[in-house]
Amino acid sequence: MTELLLELLSEEIPARMQKRAAEELEKKLVGGLAESGILCPQSASFSTPRRLCFVASGLPDKCPDRVTSRRGPGAEAPKRAVDGFLRSTGLEFEQLEIREEKGRKYFFATIHQPGKSIDEVVAHVVCDTVLKFPWPKSMYWGNATLRWIRPLHSILCILSDDVGHRIVDLEIGGVRAGDQSMGHPFMAAEKFFAKSFEDYESKLRKAFVVLNASERSERIRRDAENLAFAQGLEVVEDPDLVEEVAGLVEWPVVLMGDIDREFLEMPPEVLLTSMRHHQKFFSIRCPADGRIVKFSTVADIDAADGGKTILAGNQKVLKARLSDAMFFWRNDLRTIKKIGLDGMGRRLELVNFHGQLGNMAERVSRIESLARELAEASGCDADTAARAARVVKSDLVSEMVTEFPELQGVMGRRYAQALSLKNGIPEACEQHYSPQGPMDRVPTSPVAVTVGIADRLDQLAGFFGIGEAPTGSRDPFALRRAALGIIRLVIENNIRLPLAPAIRCAIGEYGRQGKLGKVEGNPSADTIVESIIEFVHERLKVFLRDQEIRYDVINACIAARRADELPLLVDRARSLDAFLKSGDGINLLAGFRRANNILEKVDDLDLQAIGEPKSSLFREQEELNLSRALDEAHGGLERAEKLENSADAVLVLASLRRPIDEFFDNVLVNCEDIELRVNRLSLLQHVRATCGVVADLSKIKT
Amino acid sequence: MGSQTVPKPTCFQDIVLRLQNFWAQKGCTILQSYDLELGAGTFHPATSLRSLGPKSWAAAYVQASRRPTDGRYGENPNRLQHYYQFQVLIKPSPPDFQSSYLGSLASIGIDLSLHDIRFVEDDWESPTLGAWGLGWEVWCDGMEISQFTYFQQVGGYNCRPVAGEIAYGLERLAMYVLGIEHVMEMPYNDPESAIPLTYGDVFRHSEAEFSRWNFDVCDTSMILRHFRDAEAECRRILDEPELDAKTGRRIVMVHPAYDQCAKASHLFNLLDARGVISVSERQAMIGRVRAMAKNCADAFMTTELGGGQE
Repeated sequence: MTELLLELLSEEIPARMQKRAAEELEKKLVGGLAESGILCPQSASFSTPRRLCFVASGLPDKCPDRVTSRRGPGAEAPKRAVDGFLRSTGLEFEQLEIREEKGRKYFFATIHQPGKSIDEVVAHVVCDTVLKFPWPKSMYWGNATLRWIRPLHSILCILSDDVGHRIVDLEIGGVRAGDQSMGHPFMAAEKFFAKSFEDYESKLRKAFVVLNASERSERIRRDAENLAFAQGLEVVEDPDLVEEVAGLVEWPVVLMGDIDREFLEMPPEVLLTSMRHHQKFFSIRCPADGRIVKFSTVADIDAADGGKTILAGNQKVLKARLSDAMFFWRNDLRTIKKIGLDGMGRRLELVNFHGQLGNMAERVSRIESLARELAEASGCDADTAARAARVVKSDLVSEMVTEFPELQGVMGRRYAQALSLKNGIPEACEQHYSPQGPMDRVPTSPVAVTVGIADRLDQLAGFFGIGEAPTGSRDPFALRRAALGIIRLVIENNIRLPLAPAIRCAIGEYGRQGKLGKVEGNPSADTIVESIIEFVHERLKVFLRDQEIRYDVINACIAARRADELPLLVDRARSLDAFLKSGDGINLLAGFRRANNILEKVDDLDLQAIGEPKSSLFREQEELNLSRALDEAHGGLERAEKLENSADAVLVLASLRRPIDEFFDNVLVNCEDIELRVNRLSLLQHVRATCGVVADLSKIKT
Repeated sequence: MGSQTVPKPTCFQDIVLRLQNFWAQKGCTILQSYDLELGAGTFHPATSLRSLGPKSWAAAYVQASRRPTDGRYGENPNRLQHYYQFQVLIKPSPPDFQSSYLGSLASIGIDLSLHDIRFVEDDWESPTLGAWGLGWEVWCDGMEISQFTYFQQVGGYNCRPVAGEIAYGLERLAMYVLGIEHVMEMPYNDPESAIPLTYGDVFRHSEAEFSRWNFDVCDTSMILRHFRDAEAECRRILDEPELDAKTGRRIVMVHPAYDQCAKASHLFNLLDARGVISVSERQAMIGRVRAMAKNCADAFMTTELGGGQE
């Protein structure tokens, strides 16, 4: 059995690309080898900032032999043709056979192809993989003809078995494969030779390189925790940062340093963001009060002085960074204490929202009026909602958020708290941005919810209003996320807010500012409302599909009344989904379809005559029964709708199942007598309309 | 590489001279700062033009760089509207370029066994030069001390062979190595000399003066006019017939045209510092400078240096 080891040593690979690259390398090599008949029973891949590495064990020594049969010329062919065939197959005449195929006799050659050596196959597959490697961005260097992520310095490619190891004979872009590699660039930059993967990994470790990224991550996590724990502190968890930093070092050495006391007056989010963003530091906090008091940095070297110089340097850089942040924090506090968040927000006039939709101050004023309108539906005091809406965007022009955009909302909350604003306004500053996606937490505070909905409605109304609806994969204004936000806010807080009038209201706000509709070619208000509702419905379908409600069931409910009241709509879809799985549901659907099919085929004359069914024209008991059942159903549906009770409404439909079945069993709809026929069709039309109150069942697929 | 001990540098110019000597020993031609206001060492034709075309090239030089928006009247500990970059450009980039760079750090007294040097992904792009490359910002103990780039395209042309570029921010690097808190306090020449001068002695006044002029005094309508003039002149120079009537030789005037492009770029930076350019105007002006750079690159590629005719 043979083992293959490949290492591609280059200059520093961007941290964000390493993991994916190692996976691709393994996939491509295993796949390429398999295509040539070499299966890898065991394989693994690794990455460090400078290496991509692949190992596979349990490989055969060579590819399996191949026996193929080749058809030659016909048995009566001239000698010249047969000679040619012999030459091309390398066989003697005696080795040919004559066999029949489709009624004719031919010469056949049986060709034994000895399997290629594994060396040959590996060389081919490795070259092919490297040359076609799917880097997100790659480059040339020097005179190289090869593209790679950064200059490729060496290739280690060996096959080893019981006898020993050998170098695979290959060359890519002028780099010839060997059995040598190098250790850590600063601690063990000497060459070493590898005999096998085991040998390679242990020599690397002695040369200060931990090959496995998850081992480096683990070491970073553990050492940071231990350092913090020893002083009664804890590390603020940040798995993404751990992974990133593990991609920046081959030999992680965690150091912990102090933050100057003067900076501790800043909110922990500011310290954390500034340290993470600029320095890739971990934050260390005091478990008792959550304050961030120290930092951890990860060096890529066991420094001769135990890291003193490195820590001092990092501390110095941090001090400069935090002095900047402190400067912003104090300036912002001074500003809001003097002129309030409203005052700070006045500078939003200078911030462009969108060329046709005006500046951010105009946007805030629209959201404010809209929040006042929506407040009642979400159980919020109108003045509070308006007051919150007026200040939630102010922090966008604070110096801190200008420097760290990711602190938007958080700073709003901090500044609102600093002003002792009440009634959930500080929380609304932060939470009105949530949810950001399908997994994000949805706020429950009525103020945050109201402002959040108003914010997103303004966004949708504006961009749809200027014809900037998303197309295909293009969604530059993140309107899908906005729509999903509205859906989740409304549904998860069970807010009975009909969307159509709310959107109309949002458009009205633009109108009051002299926007939308003024520009030639902009869609009319009705069109905007319609297309936004359709857009929201599309997002809703995706959202509900993830919750395993059938697409067609949602479609059927959307086609019915009050489809812009999302909690009702979802409730109805759930009830209908359950009902359609029951025996009653299946039969009712069958009955509905029969009625629907008949009605679809009715000729125009009959169609015009259809109206209210007349009891005087009923000839069969089943007609009367169905008519009565429909009358009762009407009452039932009205009651259910008043109570907004979808389960009851669906039960009402269930009650129609028997009368419909019996009607079809005993009544001939398309009879000769026109009067009777039209009356019966009218009855069926009634069935269709009654079901349609709950859902358009014609949209249900089998 | 390695950690051979070198004496600690004593002052700013010591570091500059050591870098010059180091790269001279690596075979670079030591040029001088270009005699125009430039935003960065990349704008020196020794980089922007010479990174194009098939000819080998190796140059290192200090470039005085102007960033009007960064002016702080000489008061900020590390922000200056006029500062120095040390620039290295070698084409084709040599296989040991990275380790040579580490050697240069050692030569200015950075002990590689004590410091944490990191190559952090940072791709470079210059919208005004129509250029981009891949590389890193180099961190020393968490501080960015250099940009390291493999040029891929300049003026819309693929760079073949590829030039490797290193740009050191000299003041910041020197302050770190010398352990200085405020740039103006940094010794410029040897503090033991008969007349010791600090960075502040040399630049404090001009920083304040230029900050005032950049931000509040310079005549924006004049600057805008100069911008238009430079743009027109660049076009006119390149539109001249290639054949020089006087000498009878083919002389494509790439460098004179490029000077106009470099001037326009600096004038744009001045207008930007005055805050008189709106967002959309900003994009448009960058586009105009890029068009000039592109025209110069086009012309360069037709010359002997660019691998064109002759």
